Amino acid sequence: MSVESAGPSRAARQDAFFQALCFSAAMVLMATLAGLLVALVIGGWPALAHFGPRFFISAAWDPVAEDYGAAGPIVGTLVTAGLAMVMALPLAVGIAVFLVEFCPSVLAKYVSMAVELLAGIPSIVYGMWGLFVLAPWFALHVQLPLFYVVDPDSFWGHLFEGIPNGANIFTAAMILAIMVLPYIATVLRELLLSVPTHVREAAYGMGCTPYEVVSRIMLPYIRRSAIGAVMLGLGRALGETMAVTFIIGNSHEFPRSLFASGSTIASTIANEFAEASSDLHVSALLALGLVLFVITFAALVGARLLIGREKA
Amino acid sequence: MFRKTVLAFGLGLAMVSPAWAESFTGAGASFPASLYQAWAREYAVASGDQLNYQSIGSGGGVRQIIAHTVDFGATDKPLKPEELNKAGLVQFPAAIGGVVPVFNLPGIGPGQLRLSGGLLGDIFLGRIKRWNDPRIAALNPGLKLPPFPITVVHRADGSGTTFLFTSYLAQTSPVWARAVGASDAVKWPAGIGGKGNDGVAAFVRQTYGALGYVEYIYARKGKVSYARVQNAAGQYPAPEPASFAAAASAAPWGRAAGNYVLLLNQPGAETWPISGATFILMHREQERPEKGRAVLRFFDWAFARGDATASRLSYVPLPASLKAMVRQQWRAIGGGK
Amino acid sequence: MKFAPRMFDRHTRRKLVNYGFVGLTMAATAVAVIALLLILWSLVANGLDGIGLHIFTMDQPPPEMPGGLRNAILGSLEMCAIGMVIAVVIGILAGTWLAEYGEGKRIAEVVRFLNDVLLSAPSILIGLFVYEILVRPLHGFSAGAGAVALAFVATPVVTRTTEDILRLQSNQLREAGMAIGAGKSYVIRAIIWRASRPGLVTGALLGFARISGETAPLLFTSLGNPNLSFALTQPMGALPTTIYQFALSAFDDWRALAWVGALLIAITVLAANIIGRALARGSHHS
Repeated sequence: MSVESAGPSRAARQDAFFQALCFSAAMVLMATLAGLLVALVIGGWPALAHFGPRFFISAAWDPVAEDYGAAGPIVGTLVTAGLAMVMALPLAVGIAVFLVEFCPSVLAKYVSMAVELLAGIPSIVYGMWGLFVLAPWFALHVQLPLFYVVDPDSFWGHLFEGIPNGANIFTAAMILAIMVLPYIATVLRELLLSVPTHVREAAYGMGCTPYEVVSRIMLPYIRRSAIGAVMLGLGRALGETMAVTFIIGNSHEFPRSLFASGSTIASTIANEFAEASSDLHVSALLALGLVLFVITFAALVGARLLIGREKA
Repeated sequence: MFRKTVLAFGLGLAMVSPAWAESFTGAGASFPASLYQAWAREYAVASGDQLNYQSIGSGGGVRQIIAHTVDFGATDKPLKPEELNKAGLVQFPAAIGGVVPVFNLPGIGPGQLRLSGGLLGDIFLGRIKRWNDPRIAALNPGLKLPPFPITVVHRADGSGTTFLFTSYLAQTSPVWARAVGASDAVKWPAGIGGKGNDGVAAFVRQTYGALGYVEYIYARKGKVSYARVQNAAGQYPAPEPASFAAAASAAPWGRAAGNYVLLLNQPGAETWPISGATFILMHREQERPEKGRAVLRFFDWAFARGDATASRLSYVPLPASLKAMVRQQWRAIGGGK
Repeated sequence: MKFAPRMFDRHTRRKLVNYGFVGLTMAATAVAVIALLLILWSLVANGLDGIGLHIFTMDQPPPEMPGGLRNAILGSLEMCAIGMVIAVVIGILAGTWLAEYGEGKRIAEVVRFLNDVLLSAPSILIGLFVYEILVRPLHGFSAGAGAVALAFVATPVVTRTTEDILRLQSNQLREAGMAIGAGKSYVIRAIIWRASRPGLVTGALLGFARISGETAPLLFTSLGNPNLSFALTQPMGALPTTIYQFALSAFDDWRALAWVGALLIAITVLAANIIGRALARGSHHS
């Protein structure tokens, strides 16, 4: 189309139309999210109304008696994601610091590519690897030796109690930690790079070792936004479905030990939604979905408040 | 707006697939899944019609047929006549099989371990915790039972296999009946959950000291060891098609409304105590009659030509008299023959 | 008067601590790299043997019969393609609105925030949502529902990258376009979009990489189908759902096929990622 031939009124009409088109696309996004929330609320309402606050504190998950309590999956979700953060954070800090401070530039490209690829591996592949490689190894080299060493009635015995097949909360958290590691490491690296150069140079000028510069100057400088980065990883870990479904053992029991099988909200929905036969069961699963939405939403808002949008 | 686009797109693509072939969908029980899938493959060659059977558990089969999302549902837990009427469904048996306890103990082979209903109940309740428990040893003189903890493996999804197994436990173990009961999904007092028959078999394979329950074909093909279970006559038959057929032959099929028949703990020395039929659910009034007809054509073909395949896969085909009765019942389905 | 040696001690100690710290950061990096290598190695070790022409020419088999993954591969391609078309159309338009028209508007802030919420929403919830709005009312699992679910997962990715890329374009471009009397919409379409093309392609590729391995949104929408099917109104097989079914099965031949499928998906996703990033880097240098 030629610009000259278009009269001003036609151009104006075109502009208005195009703007409306773009705006309606943005509105489709809004509608999707609103619809998602409404669908979960409507679907989950019967269960929430039926059980009331007990839904959140009871660990019953009894399809026979039609008694559903979400405590098991909720705690499983929080514990696996929390453990994953505890494992991933030190590693992520290490990677970010290595890339920013110590990595020879020849290597940096390959290391950051490896980290990016780790982020790109689909969760179902993590699940398969966890179930067929990590879990058997863990059972053979960690759980079985512990059976011989630890007195089953001691504190440690209870902590490590569990089925010796490696399908448990701890291994699920290990897999989640590997999965969220690249996200946290990437954000932390961005944050470290944003530390003003003159601050670093001044510290080095005072004769500080790199360790002292990083630990006393740079890490404190980014502390607040680093917590945001963790929240970001947490949000991902909370909603992870397939990898966890493969390896967590799918038991609705309230998890009582580190090596106990458990379930998370996402794994429960994946396992049961297509199969649930009673309306209350379906509604309980949708209510679980609503809880998951609220938890991940909170994690995102926390991250945004702490680091702002640019990096989250 | 874009739903229309999607639908238009779909119509365009639908034109690509051959117009004379009907494709229809079934979902549900994982017990008959390998049979229906094998039948479907042969039937597609014979007729051009394509069945897509998804193994999502019996509970799922019931729910999806009620929601009209599939053309037939499959369940190992028969619906009671009042449930059928409420949902406007017709139910008929399609094949017979059995549920088998499977275990993983190094050095103990298939069929060497003997269990009883009461014992299974106590193990699945978590009351018997180790393999060298004197009560297990009492049934198994001469077996070297290790001091491993028993890991109970059950289903994570709603399943007819679970319904048959827990119904059997509830019939033979009063404690189980009081504490847990029978259903397609129960509140398990102990153990871990696997998805589908093959999920349970896979967990049992991976865990030393595991005890689970699966449909017979999975016990045979999943490389796990089966246990013998004491039957009503006090014998320990091997789980095999002959002992499932023995359970099916005595059942009162003609007299049961809605074909609600369980084959648990039937009399006879050769009878496997945890046998059961697997059922098909269809709507009495078909929304899409051509789909309903396609389903019935498929089962008509399977009854006529599918016995050899069923036997090869270790399922028990229905007796001829029962097939004739089921074919009669199909007339009640709107859009049927 | 042992002042000097103590200084020396402290200096040595500081150096040692520093070496220890460098070692620790190297170890952390090694853990990530080794994890990646282990995962890739197990994919290759378990999946490479099974790859052959039959994988692409035969449909998924019942247990203990020969077969491949044709239905799942083509099903995945079809649903991802349709999902991507929807996501690219909505995502680029919405991203354009945020970048070009949303300046300083409250509602743009809200849209931007909600897009991020959608971006971080667990994908299984998207699956639940599509089940509720399409599968249940239309009475049937279908490839169309699967494609829509994938579109919902990919759209926020495309929106976000589009907005970021368009913001990178200098205002001089916009002003130059306006100066020759073209309307704003024409400037955006003819100049800004064209200048941002590599970045927009990167966004689309990242969206594609994200959905090609997604399982959770398909579980309750496209369900799965062992037969080859192209109809959008019917259930359809997909690589991730087939892998899920096969990997958790007790049949060795099914498990072997699951590894093959996992290898294929991983290759696809990693390739999309690498190409996308390479394009992004290339466009930054230009």
